[in-house]
Amino acid sequence: MKVTMQSEPQTIPLEEVLKSDWGGGKSPFAVSWGKLMMWLFILSDAFIFGSFLVGYGTLRLSSEKWPETEKVFALHLFGHEVPLLLIAIMTFVLISSSGWMALAVNAAYNRDKSRTVLFLALTCLFGLIFVGCQAYEWWKLINEGLRPWFAPEHPPFDGVKSFGACFFTLTGFHGMHVLSGVIYLAVIALRVAKGVYDRKGSYEAVEIAGLYWHFVDLVWVFIFTFFYLF
Amino acid sequence: MAHAERRHLGTKVYLTVWFWLFVLSFSAYFIDLLNLLFALKAVLLVAIALMKAGLIVAYFMHLKFEKLNLVYTILLPLILLIALAAGILPDGLSALLSVKIQM
Repeated sequence: MKVTMQSEPQTIPLEEVLKSDWGGGKSPFAVSWGKLMMWLFILSDAFIFGSFLVGYGTLRLSSEKWPETEKVFALHLFGHEVPLLLIAIMTFVLISSSGWMALAVNAAYNRDKSRTVLFLALTCLFGLIFVGCQAYEWWKLINEGLRPWFAPEHPPFDGVKSFGACFFTLTGFHGMHVLSGVIYLAVIALRVAKGVYDRKGSYEAVEIAGLYWHFVDLVWVFIFTFFYLF
Repeated sequence: MAHAERRHLGTKVYLTVWFWLFVLSFSAYFIDLLNLLFALKAVLLVAIALMKAGLIVAYFMHLKFEKLNLVYTILLPLILLIALAAGILPDGLSALLSVKIQM
């Protein structure tokens, strides 16, 4: 006796394959290569920062003490100690710059050259303010004796060395991204002003630069939450 | 060609998203100052961070208006980050516990 278990293999007709997104001759992602590459770069960068944050989390969990960030990053203002004030200001500066960037992309859609340049310049300015605040924060903590490999024994640091390592790595990498972003946006703004994208007939470069800038803001959301607020 | 120029959102949507990002950041800052129970604070802060991230990615980065192919290509690999955290963070905790046991 012979039991046949043969069922016809499901074959997709060739025409269907060719008609699909992946059948060739089509752009499966429906974006330009430049934008796709920026997205893939952002994805890889997300893994870099993700790994740093997980590394920080592990160090912090394994550490018996951890400095109180509210005290470390407090600012003295009019005789009062305002907790995390500088970080709050930095957060608002970076969100503002992201807002300016969104408006720049919007102006670029409408091919409004002067507004695009104006909003890009504002984005750069706010980015520079952010980097300035960060430089001040580094200067202050370095003066207080914090190093990537060392922390003073006195409060608020209590000799937790990994705090310095995490702080300088996380904010340093993020700050470098902001600084590179400012240079990147300045170049794009210059090219917009020179009419490069008018001649090209596409302002997409502004949108792609915007993706990068918003990503830098996105990373700050997580550094702000997990490093400063937790 | 009309199809080359993709949908644009208009200034109003950007300003609304911007406004909500400010509101969420403010609330995160105040929640931190409130001396809440740690677990409650952690849940609220993570929820706010994810909401902010969602707003930025969906509207500022336009991912909401891209083709589903692209959305999945970008978002699905991020599951690996959750796996990374789940795999490594417990290590930190066990390191702390072993120190305590030794003492």
